Amino acid sequence: MALLNIRNLSVSFDTRNGAFKAVDGIDLAVERDDVLAIVGESGSGKSVAMLAVMGLLPWTATVTADRMEFDGLDLLTISDEQRRKIVRRDVAMIFQEPMTSLNPCFTVGFQIGETLKTHFGMDKQAQKKRSIELLEQVGITDPEKRLSAYPHQLSGGMSQRVMIAMALSSEPKLLIADEPTTALDVTIQAQILDLLLRLRKENGMGLVLITHDMGVVAETAQRVVVQYAGQQVEMQDTRGLFRDPHHPYTAALLAALPERATGRVLPSIPGVVPGQFDRLKGCMFAPRCAFATGHCHTVKPNRAPSEQGRALCHTPLVHGQPVILEGSR
Amino acid sequence: MIKFILRRLLLTIPTFIALMFVTFIAIRLVPGDPVEVRTGEHGISPERLAYFRHELGLDQPVWKQFFDYVWHLLHGDFGVSLSSNEKVLTEFLSLFPATLELSIAGILFAVLLGIPAGVFAAVKRGSWFDHTLMGAAVAGFSMPIFWWGLLLIMLVSEGWHLTPVSGRIDMINFYFEPTTGFMLIDSLMSDQKGAFLSALHHLVLPMIVLGTVPLAVIARMTRSSMLEVLSEDYVRTARAKGLSEFRVISLHALRNALIPVVTVVGLQVGGLLAGAVLTETIFSWPGVGKWLIESIGRRDYPALQGGILLISSLVIVINLLVDLLYGAINPRIRHGG
Ligand SMILES: Nc1ncnc2c1ncn2[C@@H]1O[C@H](COP(=O)(O)OP(=O)(O)O)[C@@H](O)[C@H]1O
Ligand code: SF4
Ligand SMILES: [Mg+2]
Repeated sequence: MALLNIRNLSVSFDTRNGAFKAVDGIDLAVERDDVLAIVGESGSGKSVAMLAVMGLLPWTATVTADRMEFDGLDLLTISDEQRRKIVRRDVAMIFQEPMTSLNPCFTVGFQIGETLKTHFGMDKQAQKKRSIELLEQVGITDPEKRLSAYPHQLSGGMSQRVMIAMALSSEPKLLIADEPTTALDVTIQAQILDLLLRLRKENGMGLVLITHDMGVVAETAQRVVVQYAGQQVEMQDTRGLFRDPHHPYTAALLAALPERATGRVLPSIPGVVPGQFDRLKGCMFAPRCAFATGHCHTVKPNRAPSEQGRALCHTPLVHGQPVILEGSR
Repeated sequence: MIKFILRRLLLTIPTFIALMFVTFIAIRLVPGDPVEVRTGEHGISPERLAYFRHELGLDQPVWKQFFDYVWHLLHGDFGVSLSSNEKVLTEFLSLFPATLELSIAGILFAVLLGIPAGVFAAVKRGSWFDHTLMGAAVAGFSMPIFWWGLLLIMLVSEGWHLTPVSGRIDMINFYFEPTTGFMLIDSLMSDQKGAFLSALHHLVLPMIVLGTVPLAVIARMTRSSMLEVLSEDYVRTARAKGLSEFRVISLHALRNALIPVVTVVGLQVGGLLAGAVLTETIFSWPGVGKWLIESIGRRDYPALQGGILLISSLVIVINLLVDLLYGAINPRIRHGG
């Protein structure tokens, strides 16, 4: 059975201007030992979907799903205490901004030790010993000295390593990394990614890697979920996705990759992700889609079968050509 | 750190000089001098008047009086009170514990009530508690102390007979020599049954009156600071780690939210002493504030000058301590990062 199993997850926020559906019908499954990538431009609901799994959304959020299970636990009906003691121990999450994700008032040693105490009841001495091991594992030199450092004394890359060490401290079965390298220097990005992949293998965890970088996906993931404007527009295994993307948005993301660019100018997708006030009647991607028809602007597309990557499109691409699905009109 | 403290102390010197000067001039601008006030309406012969004035040095030009005064100050001499003939410093020190006790009680009342209330309002933002508290805070902040004190006396003391109207302890039933000058401590040490309760009883109302403005300010500041902190990434991290909600709020969030609150508490201290003057007068609390007000009535120049100077020095020292405390709770300042 899959470690994390989600069917038709939606999240809507109560805002001053009415309800806003930030996540609209996501399906995904992560196996133990699996690396799943979630890709999509900024604002497509990647973070919100994963925060829903952790129960970390603000009270303005309403979460609905046909099914949302982790390791046999129903996340929709779980008690607060079970969520704290089991889910937040067995699922760890690291975030996009390592510098602001650590508490500025407490030392590195305190913040890691606290997790060890909470989940394993370790005393101070055991905490210290284990914290040093963890810092070593994430490649921090002179770990004993780092224990007494405050976050403002660390660089971005170092902070992210500390965040990773803290995430590992509860010995999670699943690690959710929400754009873990986006805020870091380019030179550090590869190091952190390599570290995550190595630790995943060493610790036998599942990994959900949120990113907006298709290049990262190619190097890391076994399977990919593509999100656009809160919707899941495609899901495929990585090899298939790169060989034969079925949704026009996926195809456009891939075309924007530097290696694939044919001309001197890098292609990028013109336009922006629709926000709260410009959600559309038909296909969300229609204004930016090279294959859009009049039909696309007025009628919501259905999901294609899994042979076409469950693409949310009236005319999914097969080898770059739109095909009309039987029974879709 | 030592350098920081020294620099702060040096910076206060001009403040002191200005303060001495202003106090000195201001009280001489008030019509009437110590001699006239004491002889009153009956009047005495011009010769006697001139004699007394000469005795007190009031016939000298003002600039000479000022330099004489500063000269004595530099030798640690605050002069002698005209009304009691006691050294100003001695008198101040004997009255100050009463003021200090009242001020500490007031600020503790404000902090111990204001911080939890502010935190709770922030956590339950938009709830009826939040709305009520913020409404009360606006009212408390703009409450004139005199009016508030008299209102409470009317209701609590006169109306419901719950607390005494004046003084620090029931002097008919209890008497003991001051040891620390803090009535709560002295009464405990006196072994007289009921003395401590009586002292506490007397302290409650003045404490509330004096603590109301700081309470309002601290509650509001804590709430807004807390609201800001609660949406920070590190609070989300703390929750993600599986910590209890209590620990997330009262440790991870509050620790950060307190940083601006400490500054506000420090700023309240100056205002607190000003409030103490009024509160002591309302409740006949035998402290420095009441003494200063009475000294104005008597045009007791040395007492006023010395008292104000000593009080101001205290405010300056307390502000310095607050700055140091600020460094202690904010690692980014401690390490100069
Ligand atoms: N607390 C919130 N209240 C209202 N809207 C939110 C909130 N958090 C996120 N959103 C909105 O949800 C959408 C998806 O956000 P997010 O999941 O952070 O995107 P991504 O991680 O894919 O960049 C965005 O339009 C964002 O503005
Ligand atoms: S439904 Fe139409 S507009 Fe939407 S992705 Fe498919 S072809 Fe493009
Ligand atoms: Mg995000």
